[in-house]
Amino acid sequence: MAVKKNLYTKRESGRAMDEVRPMTAKVGVVPSADGSAIFETGKTKAIAVVRGPRTLHPQHMQNPKNGVLRVNYGMMPFSVEDRIRPGPNRRSEEISKVTEWALSSVVDLSEFPNTVVDVFIQIPQADAGTRVAGINAAAMALAHAGIPMKEMVSAIGVGKIDKSLVVDLDKYEDSLFHDGEGSTDIPMVFTSRTKNLALLQLDGKISIPEFKETIELAKKACEKILVVQMEALKNVNGENGAPKGVPLEGNNG
Amino acid sequence: MERMVHPKVYPWRATMGDFIIPNLQKEKIEEFIAENKRLDGRKSDEYRKLVVKDGISENSASAVSVKFGKTEVLAGVHLALAAPYPDSQDQGTFMTNAELHPMASQQFDMGRPGIESVELARVIDRGIRESGFIDFKGLCIKEGEKVWQVFVDIVTINDDGNLLDVAGLASLIALGRARMPIYNAEEDKVEGYSDKGIPLNKDVLSFSMTFHKIGKKIVVDVSKEEEAVSEFRLTIAVGDNGGEPRITAMQKGKSGVITSEDMETILKLVESKWAEMFPKIKEFVLGK
Repeated sequence: MAVKKNLYTKRESGRAMDEVRPMTAKVGVVPSADGSAIFETGKTKAIAVVRGPRTLHPQHMQNPKNGVLRVNYGMMPFSVEDRIRPGPNRRSEEISKVTEWALSSVVDLSEFPNTVVDVFIQIPQADAGTRVAGINAAAMALAHAGIPMKEMVSAIGVGKIDKSLVVDLDKYEDSLFHDGEGSTDIPMVFTSRTKNLALLQLDGKISIPEFKETIELAKKACEKILVVQMEALKNVNGENGAPKGVPLEGNNG
Repeated sequence: MERMVHPKVYPWRATMGDFIIPNLQKEKIEEFIAENKRLDGRKSDEYRKLVVKDGISENSASAVSVKFGKTEVLAGVHLALAAPYPDSQDQGTFMTNAELHPMASQQFDMGRPGIESVELARVIDRGIRESGFIDFKGLCIKEGEKVWQVFVDIVTINDDGNLLDVAGLASLIALGRARMPIYNAEEDKVEGYSDKGIPLNKDVLSFSMTFHKIGKKIVVDVSKEEEAVSEFRLTIAVGDNGGEPRITAMQKGKSGVITSEDMETILKLVESKWAEMFPKIKEFVLGK
């Protein structure tokens, strides 16, 4: 059988195969929170808010040895073309849980027994990659809140579109491309220092050598994302952010 | 066992539930307001800075952010195909949903919408529906069969008081800026958005102002702390009747009672604040 031609040699967005979308990040976007951040990549936007440590109720859920990290991910009703009914659904509950696992791997709440740290992730506008954008924002919000962390985490969606390996899938690549071998979507989260995987999911079809290659692509992309995250955290008092509790528009405004 | 309280969190804010103001702070707020001053430096009838941002999501008919000082609310509009109600076969339908999201405040909890969310959504829903601001007949595609259903979705981002007025205004601005979807009758589906707005009766625009009684004074655009110590609140929606304010909706909240003196003060404030705010708000909602 003749080898079929690769149908995806040029990306629909015009990006290079390993090129991430333009990113912006900012901390301190929700003044009443203990920590907050917004992370935007292309048209995907994620807001993350951290509240706590605060006493966990009901009491039987408390852990006397460790604080509890609790993540809630959700998409705003107007974030996608078909309105999403407000409230939790199976997709958002699963994403909340895998995000919680990813963040728990670097957060150290041993100093805060019986408390909970709540992380709320909300997506105002979606163009694929919302869970990874949410994790990038959440990691920044946790750091902004001063929650002890062993290291940072950065997240990226990589994948395979027909025969091409691509970095940072957008909506076209993630859900509208069905030709040839179709689309494989692999969200990954890497820890910043030890370079370990804190989240891994995969949907599609991919060979082992190709999968190995996507890991390397994701690692490189996460290095770029980490720079954006750290810049925003350093700029907490500058133009691109505000210290906790101070409104962005100045006093009284 | 000793309870852990994060050093950054005030002890009285460390748990979810009611927003508790210590007596000392309550007295201070009332004392200040008696002298026509407020903790943030405003006068009792002074609004915070109003900031409107568009383009929060391009995947919906519109989505905007509205801030009064530190209070921020997002509102988005979606239009979907639906069947009309049996008693109004030639009219579109409308639904408002509000989520007091726990990210916005220490006091909001996850789970089923509480009475605050329900009241907020209902007051805003009634205000828009009953004012006739949306031209429901203009949303009819085929009488008795197909109409547009309009959704307004409100998400609170940060609560620093007066959510009702901010969310109400955000809803109006989102409706004012919503794009009409394109309906393909042959294939019976929606194909993107046109440049046109949705059908509105622009001359009946009204917006709400909430007045709180704190100590002996009536205060507008309250902060979260002020909201927690007030005796009652009165929300009044006011529209334009040939250059004169015309009341279109009211809702009293909390257990304090309104004296006739209070009412006189409030109605005077309605006149002066309406004259000051209405042109600004009209421009935000309907453009220049």
